[in-house]
Amino acid sequence: MTSSSPVPGALRTEVARDGETIVFLAADRLLEAMTWLKETPGQEFDYLVDVTAVEFRDRERPLEVVYFLRSLKRRADIRIKVELPATAELAVDSVWSLWRGADWLEREVFDMFGITFRGHPDLRRILMWETYAEGYPLRKSFPLRGRFSRAEQVRQALNVNPEANYSLEELSIAEAAGDLPDDMRERLRRGERGVIPEPPTAA
Amino acid sequence: MKRVGEVKSSNYLLTKFQDLVDWAVNSSRANSLWPMPFGTACCAIEFMATAASRFDFARFGMERQAFSPRQADVLICAGRLPFKLAPVIRRIYDQMPQPKWVISMGACASTGGVFDNYAMVQGIDTIVPVDVYVPGCPPRPEGLLYGILLLHKKIKGESLFDAVKRREEQPLDDKGLRLPPETIDEISEPFGNSVHQFRSS
Amino acid sequence: MSKRTVELELATPGVDAEGRPARVPLTATGEPKLAEEHMLVNIGPQHPATHGVLRLVVELDGETVVRCIPHLGYLHSGFEKLGEYRHYNQIIPLTDRTDYLSPMSNNVGFALAAEKLMGIEITPRCTVLRVIACEMSRIISHMVWLGTTSIDLGAFTPFLWAFQERERIYDLQEMWTGARLTTSLTRVGGLLADIPDGFVDKLRHFTETFPKTLGEIDRVLTRNAVWAGRTQGVGALTAAEAINYSLSGPMLRASGVAYDVRKDKPYLGYETYDFDVIVGEHGDVFDRYLVRLEECHQSNRILQQALDRLPDGPINVDDPRVILPSKTRAMSDMEAMIFHFKQVMEGVKAPVGEAYVGIENPKGELGTYLVSDGTAKPVRWRIRPPSFINLSALPRMAEGHLLSDLIAINASVDIVMGEVDR
Ligand code: SF4
Repeated sequence: MTSSSPVPGALRTEVARDGETIVFLAADRLLEAMTWLKETPGQEFDYLVDVTAVEFRDRERPLEVVYFLRSLKRRADIRIKVELPATAELAVDSVWSLWRGADWLEREVFDMFGITFRGHPDLRRILMWETYAEGYPLRKSFPLRGRFSRAEQVRQALNVNPEANYSLEELSIAEAAGDLPDDMRERLRRGERGVIPEPPTAA
Repeated sequence: MKRVGEVKSSNYLLTKFQDLVDWAVNSSRANSLWPMPFGTACCAIEFMATAASRFDFARFGMERQAFSPRQADVLICAGRLPFKLAPVIRRIYDQMPQPKWVISMGACASTGGVFDNYAMVQGIDTIVPVDVYVPGCPPRPEGLLYGILLLHKKIKGESLFDAVKRREEQPLDDKGLRLPPETIDEISEPFGNSVHQFRSS
Repeated sequence: MSKRTVELELATPGVDAEGRPARVPLTATGEPKLAEEHMLVNIGPQHPATHGVLRLVVELDGETVVRCIPHLGYLHSGFEKLGEYRHYNQIIPLTDRTDYLSPMSNNVGFALAAEKLMGIEITPRCTVLRVIACEMSRIISHMVWLGTTSIDLGAFTPFLWAFQERERIYDLQEMWTGARLTTSLTRVGGLLADIPDGFVDKLRHFTETFPKTLGEIDRVLTRNAVWAGRTQGVGALTAAEAINYSLSGPMLRASGVAYDVRKDKPYLGYETYDFDVIVGEHGDVFDRYLVRLEECHQSNRILQQALDRLPDGPINVDDPRVILPSKTRAMSDMEAMIFHFKQVMEGVKAPVGEAYVGIENPKGELGTYLVSDGTAKPVRWRIRPPSFINLSALPRMAEGHLLSDLIAINASVDIVMGEVDR
């Protein structure tokens, strides 16, 4: 970052080992700061390189949502981080309204970490299937081989209907999301569609 | 074909009708397999290389690649198979008409390979029956060709009349599984070095 | 869009209340309005034209795409999770398998990030060899793209030509690393092996003859009426949209944005090579094709320059904590053996901190983001997947085009599912 004017809502800055500036933002001022970064002359970070999240092995440390921004005009990069304490609600504002590229990136973070992005138009699981019941794979509490036994994983996988998310209903969700009743929106957000059969009783 | 007894002239040959039928049917099946490439990952690239000019598996009768399971004999699963894809391969397998064979190409399809984690099926034999496993990561095209030749051999040993050697449809059981859960757990156990690689620091 | 129940003006035989046969009339409420109805078509996940296990749900009005919703994750293999359980050097084999069309440049991308994290300076010979690896990868990746895209659009011959060129590079890769596809070329701080004897001559021969094939492909496709008709004006994105969708690589440059990581954030000394950044004008499928074709020429130029300047010297940094000792030394020298043991059992430790390195992969900017907490295994290994992000613009690009154009557009993104889904 070249300009000396501070990013609104900046808590502190650090320099990463690769020489890039990291700006830590207050979670509630993320959108404001991002808009500022994108639109202020002299900043013009018009390109969103990546959005991801980090959870540390030390569970006391907060999760970080990391945004990599770039100004194509100034050929400059900046890294923005928002810290989310693991005990509180994992939610930040979506930057989808600023960069369309954030659409799938935020969905992926949601899928892998369970971090919700407020204001995202279509926040669904993207890599795992929608009824995936084991949790959020990239969380440190998630074991490498998953929570269920292999047999149970195979059984659930085979019992998923490959056509489950192939419906007119699904196509209209994104459009109708605003009009749906709250409980339905909640169910859709959780990816509830179809029922996962009960595990066999004789283990 | 078996030669039965001594014959006077070399102009005729005695055989059992059943053997004749099996011979005719099986060699035509084996020598004109229609593969259904189920290419998912890196192995699919080697599969393409096997199909392209240098290796050219059309030399072994696989001239026509069937991109529809309805007109295919052999399902070649080339690449890793995540759980999300498991119902897909099962459905494709179910859609193929009998007789059908499966080649599992590569370490991932056969055992899960380097991906001993939450996302990956540990061997497609927990989902569909497999006839030939081709090892390698990825197998070289020569390896796949060898696997295809092995499959030819296997097909030629089958019989329409002998219940033991006949291919039967293998549907899923009432729990929607192909194998008993204990067997799946057992064959999905980590082995070798991957036993020690579950700690993250 | 309403659900349609078909009712016909017919009567059907039945029985009345007293058990006598009767004809029961079926009411009809008029013709179904076919013109207003949309159709859903599911393409994939197992479909020859989706370049892997991508699934597209397409809403069609007649033959026009109203909406296209991609479904991903059919090849999700948990790379990033697996990386948290592996030493830095153990991750390198995994990087082969993400974007398996250009394995060597993935290896380089990861190694660069790990070295940045650990503060290692690689040797001059290693730098040039890595450039060679990256450009070879670019060529084979673009060749696969050309081959499969031309098949999608109905031209089979370029596929065979392209794959012949690939086989030649495969031979080179095999000479160098012992593997055709899964090369695992780099190590943190160096390379798996130096190039063998005869490699330079063979590669030089390749760089001399390869432009001929490119010329042939150019002759067959560029002015071909069918090819031009199916690609020009299809799936166009403006520069502003391309930036807003975070596209990178040939997709971004075809839309007229001259951003190339090799020029603008140089790594491996790319600023010292003489090559052009190819920029398109219209941002359509045709321009993407031209950009990729021309990039092959540029890669060829870089390869030639790299071969000319290849310095002698070691390929690995001189640091026993990072680089394994040679086999003979490990077997005969006590100290070397201890270092060997420590590296294999404990791995190379990285200092606390994080590093991001983006490199210009054939598909776009491949970023590797590593976060370390001081142990030998990263806390987070994040791949910025170029084709995943490029693909996210597909719904936007496909809108309003014909179904058959969707195939061309999808092909032009140059996706590789191993990287899209990771
Ligand atoms: S076996 Fe190896 S090459 Fe084949 S899909 Fe698996 S990782 Fe890729």
